[in-house]
Amino acid sequence: MIEESASPPDYGLEQPLAPRRTRLEEFWLLFRQNRLAIMGLIIFILFFCIAFTGLLLTSGSDPVFDPSLVRLQEKLRAPFSKPHLETLRPNEIPTLGIYLLGTDDLGRDVFSRMLQGAWVSLTVGFVAVGISVIIGIFMGGIAGYFGQRHIRLDQVLVTCLLSAGAALVFFNQAKWGAVLLVLGHAYIFYLLLMRLIAVRKIPPKRFELLHLDTISIDTLIMRLVDIMLCFPSFFLILTVVALLPASIYNIMIVIGLTSWMGTTRFVRAEFLSLREQDFVAAARALGVDNFRIIFRHMMPNAIAPVLVSATIGIATAILTEAGLSFLGFGVPPPHATWGNILSDGKNFIFDAPWLTFVPGFSILVVVLAFNLFGEGLRDVLNPKLRERH
Amino acid sequence: MNSANHNILQIKDLKKYFPIRKGFFQRVAAWVKAVDGVDLEIEEGKTLGLVGESGCGKSTVARMILKLLEPDEGNIIFRDQDISRFSEKDMKPIRKEIQIVFQDPYGSLNPRMTVGQSIEEGLRILGIPRGEKRRGRLEKLLKTVGMSPDSADRYPHEFSGGQRQRIGIARALSVEPSLVICDEPISALDVSIQAQILNLLKDLQDQLGLSYLFISHDLNVVGYLCNKVSVMYKGNIMEYAPTEKLYEHPFHPYTQTLLAAIPEPEPGRKQAAITMREDIPISAPPPPGCALQGRCPHEAPECRDEKMPFVKVGEDHFVRCWRVGQNGVARYEP
Ligand SMILES: Nc1ncnc2c1ncn2[C@@H]1O[C@H](COP(=O)(O)OP(=O)(O)O)[C@@H](O)[C@H]1O
Ligand SMILES: [Mg+2]
Repeated sequence: MIEESASPPDYGLEQPLAPRRTRLEEFWLLFRQNRLAIMGLIIFILFFCIAFTGLLLTSGSDPVFDPSLVRLQEKLRAPFSKPHLETLRPNEIPTLGIYLLGTDDLGRDVFSRMLQGAWVSLTVGFVAVGISVIIGIFMGGIAGYFGQRHIRLDQVLVTCLLSAGAALVFFNQAKWGAVLLVLGHAYIFYLLLMRLIAVRKIPPKRFELLHLDTISIDTLIMRLVDIMLCFPSFFLILTVVALLPASIYNIMIVIGLTSWMGTTRFVRAEFLSLREQDFVAAARALGVDNFRIIFRHMMPNAIAPVLVSATIGIATAILTEAGLSFLGFGVPPPHATWGNILSDGKNFIFDAPWLTFVPGFSILVVVLAFNLFGEGLRDVLNPKLRERH
Repeated sequence: MNSANHNILQIKDLKKYFPIRKGFFQRVAAWVKAVDGVDLEIEEGKTLGLVGESGCGKSTVARMILKLLEPDEGNIIFRDQDISRFSEKDMKPIRKEIQIVFQDPYGSLNPRMTVGQSIEEGLRILGIPRGEKRRGRLEKLLKTVGMSPDSADRYPHEFSGGQRQRIGIARALSVEPSLVICDEPISALDVSIQAQILNLLKDLQDQLGLSYLFISHDLNVVGYLCNKVSVMYKGNIMEYAPTEKLYEHPFHPYTQTLLAAIPEPEPGRKQAAITMREDIPISAPPPPGCALQGRCPHEAPECRDEKMPFVKVGEDHFVRCWRVGQNGVARYEP
C-alpha cells in the first residue's frame, strides 16, 4: 500500500529539534560533572590494568614477579628496603631491585603477592556479580513480565514428584526414585503433547482440580527473595564455604548465588512499570514476540539500576572475598589474595604494620572507588536528571 | 444497525470489568465496570469517532480491540472473524491489520531505540530483510508522515511532541494496517500542531484507504475527521449518529452537554444551558439503570430502574435514553 503512494504529503519534511548527540556523549557530559565518580572511574581502570598485568607477571613457571618465592633470611623487611644481595641466590633477587612493599614473615615479596591478589579480587568481584546479575535479571524479568500468571496445582505436584524422585536417587533408593522421575517426566511430556495437538481443549470436569491455580509466579519469586534476604548472607556464605572444598570458583559461585536478590527486585520493579508503557503496548500490537519484547524493548530500559547495583555489588563481593580469606575460608594458600595477606599480617601488626596496611588500604581504595563510580552512574542514569539536558 | 458486510470492525456487547482488590489476601472488593456493553461499527475506509470524558473506558475498548486486554464478554468481529477469543497465536495475522497511535507522544516511543529501530520492528514483522530494502521502506515511511529520512538514526528525545506523534504514526503504518485506532492522538499536543496531525491523518486515509477509530474527549475535533460518532459515558454508548446529525440534533442529554462545552465561534448563537450535576466517582458501585443518573437534568423515575435499550431515532441514529420516545421525540425540553 505504502509503496504505491506516489508523493509524500506536502508539509515540508520535519527535522529534529535537538542537536545530534549520541547517548554516550550525553552520558559523558553528565558524568564529567561528578568529580568523585570520575576519580572512582580512574581508580577502577587503574585497578583493572594492575590486576591484568599482575596476572601476566605473576603466573607461569618462571614469573617476572614470583609471589611464592620464600626467602627466610629476608623476612619482615620494611617497604623500600634494599635486599641483602650477599645472602641471596641470583634467582631470589627481587625484580625491581628493592622490596617495594616490604616482605612478609616468610620473606615473600608483598608487592608480588598484592599483584597476584588483585586478579583474584577482580575476578571474584566480576564473576560473582555476573552470576548474581544473570540470575537477578532472569528472575526479576519473569516476575515482572509473566508474574500475573498462576502456577497450576498439577505443575506443583509434578515439581514435588520430580524433586522427591531426585532426592530418593540421591539417597540410594534408585529404584523408587527412577519410578517417580519417569512419572514426572511422562506428565510433562503429556502436557507438551496436549499443547501441540489440541490447541484450546477445555479440560474434562474430573481433572478440574488439577488445573486449580495456586500462587502467582510473582508471589513465588518474590517470597523466595524474601526468604533469601532473611539469612545474614555472610554467615550463609561461611556455612556453605565450610562445607564445600575451598577454591576460588566455589567462592565466586557461592557469592553469586547469595546476592541476586537486589537485582531481582530492581528488574521486577522496572518491568512492572515498563510493561504498562505505551511503547511496550505498541510492540505487542505490532506482533513482536515476548522474548524480543523482554530483551530488545524492555531490558535496555531496565538495565540502568542493575548496572548501578552491579557496580556496588562488585565492591561488596571483593569485600566478602577478602573477609572469607581473612577468616581462612577463602582461596587456599599458597595463592595470595588481599584477604589472606591481611590475615597473615595481623600477627605482626606491630613489628610489620605494612603487612596489614598495604592490603587493607588497597581494599579500602578499590571498594570506595567502585562505590563512588556506582553512585555517579546512578545519578547520570536517572532519567529525571537526564530530562533536563 | 447496518449489515455487517461492509464493516471492517464490529463490536457487540463488549464488556470489561476490572477487579479492585483489597487486603492481605487480595480479595476482590469491588468491580470497576470500565466497559459495560459497548457496540461499535466501523465502515471500511471510514472513520468512527468515539467520544467521552476521560476515564469513561475509551482506551480500554481500544486495548481490547488490539487484544492487549482480554475482553470479559462480547464479540469483536474483524472482517467476519470473531477475534474476541483468539489466542496470541491466532492473532498473529490480525496484528498486522489493526494498529494504534497513542495519546502520549513521550511514552509511546522507546527511549532506548532510535526512531528507525522502532519503526523497523514493524518491517521485521512483515518479513522485509535487513539492509537496503528495509532502509528504503523506512525512509519512505518517514517521508509519508512528513519526517526527514535522516530522523531514522536519532533518538526520540531529540524530537518535539508533534514530531514524535508523526513517528508513532509511521510505526503504526509500518505493517500496512487497514484499521488504525487513534487513541486521543492530538490531545497532548499544542493547538497549532493538532491541526497538522489531523491533516496528516486525513491525507493518509485518502492515500492508503485506512479505516480509523478516532478516540477523543473533544467532540469538536471529531467533526473534522469522522463520518460517524459514538458518544460514550461510563462504559456505555449513549448515542450513535452520523457526525452532522449529531451536531444538528443531539438527542441524549449527555451529548448535548458535550456539545455545549464546545466554544461557540458565533457569539450570537444561543447555547444550550445544561449543566451537569456533581460527578459520582466511577469506583462507587453503580446503581442499575442509566449510567448518567444523578447527573442528568432530565432525570425521571424510570431512569433509575433498569438499563434502557438503544432506540432508533432516525436513519443511523441511535440513542440510549429512557426519555427519548420510540418515535424519536425527546420527552424533555432540549
Ligand atoms: N488495568 C486496570 N485495572 C483497573 N482499572 C482500570 C485498568 N485500566 C483502566 N481502569 C479503569 O477503567 C476506567 C476506564 O479507563 P480508560 O479506558 O483508560 O478511560 P479513558 O481512556 O476513556 O480515559 C477508569 O476508571 C480506569 O481507572
Ligand atoms: Mg484514554
